[in-house]
Amino acid sequence: MWVYEKKLQYPAKVCKPDIKMAKYLIAQYGGPDGELAAALRYQTQRFVMPTGRSKAILTDIATEELAHLEIIATLVFKLLKGVPAEVLKREGLGEYYVEHDRTPFYVDTTGMLWSAAYIQAKGDPIADLHEDMAAEEKARSTYEHLINLTDDPCVKDTLRFLREREIVHFQRFGETLVHIQEYLQSKRYF
Amino acid sequence: MDANQLDLLKKIMELEFACQDLNLYLDTHPEDQKALQDYNYYSGQLAMLKQQYSQYYGPLMVFGHCQSQYPWKWVEDPWPWEIEY
Repeated sequence: MWVYEKKLQYPAKVCKPDIKMAKYLIAQYGGPDGELAAALRYQTQRFVMPTGRSKAILTDIATEELAHLEIIATLVFKLLKGVPAEVLKREGLGEYYVEHDRTPFYVDTTGMLWSAAYIQAKGDPIADLHEDMAAEEKARSTYEHLINLTDDPCVKDTLRFLREREIVHFQRFGETLVHIQEYLQSKRYF
Repeated sequence: MDANQLDLLKKIMELEFACQDLNLYLDTHPEDQKALQDYNYYSGQLAMLKQQYSQYYGPLMVFGHCQSQYPWKWVEDPWPWEIEY
């Protein structure tokens, strides 16, 4: 099971409201390489992993991704705080406001709803771990694009933390892939 | 949230992050004794600070993981997304 902690994994600060940045950041909430996709992908792939180590790493990284989802939501919430509806409309969030007001919602930058089609679970640990490594690299790349799009030092700081975590996750999945390859090799010869 | 509470919360966030990062490392290096020692050390520190925080400011976790003073403190603001860090 999961238990909520009444804290963020890392402080999420914004220096000033920024509607455009909120619109871009939603990519990492409900977009194809976002945190929801990551958490749900790893959470379900773990059920058929063959070793204790691989079940552990997928469980723990899935859990950390949920903490990242909360950080992104906090940034979006703070970036839109107190912004009047007419300004949201002028800055391109009119349609978003109609459906969600200022609630963080599971869409990408174009308003496309989150879809399970973004993720896969093949039941093959080698295939799944390769997908996971690619997902971490795509998320790292998205964070770099987002960092390039803001001049807010508070938002940049939080995004840098999240970007670094993608690199750590990539590393751990890579180690898990080698471990699984060795495990499958060892099963071949008795 | 007053400065003392925020200060303690940030220390907890730091310690828990250290534990979490070591946790992922240990998942792929379960036989690294030095890392395990560090993990056990930081998790002990973290438990003490969390206990202290819960006593003064209410539970960080529920479902039986922390006790609460009267009245049930879990429902008190601010929530993590409302805090000015």
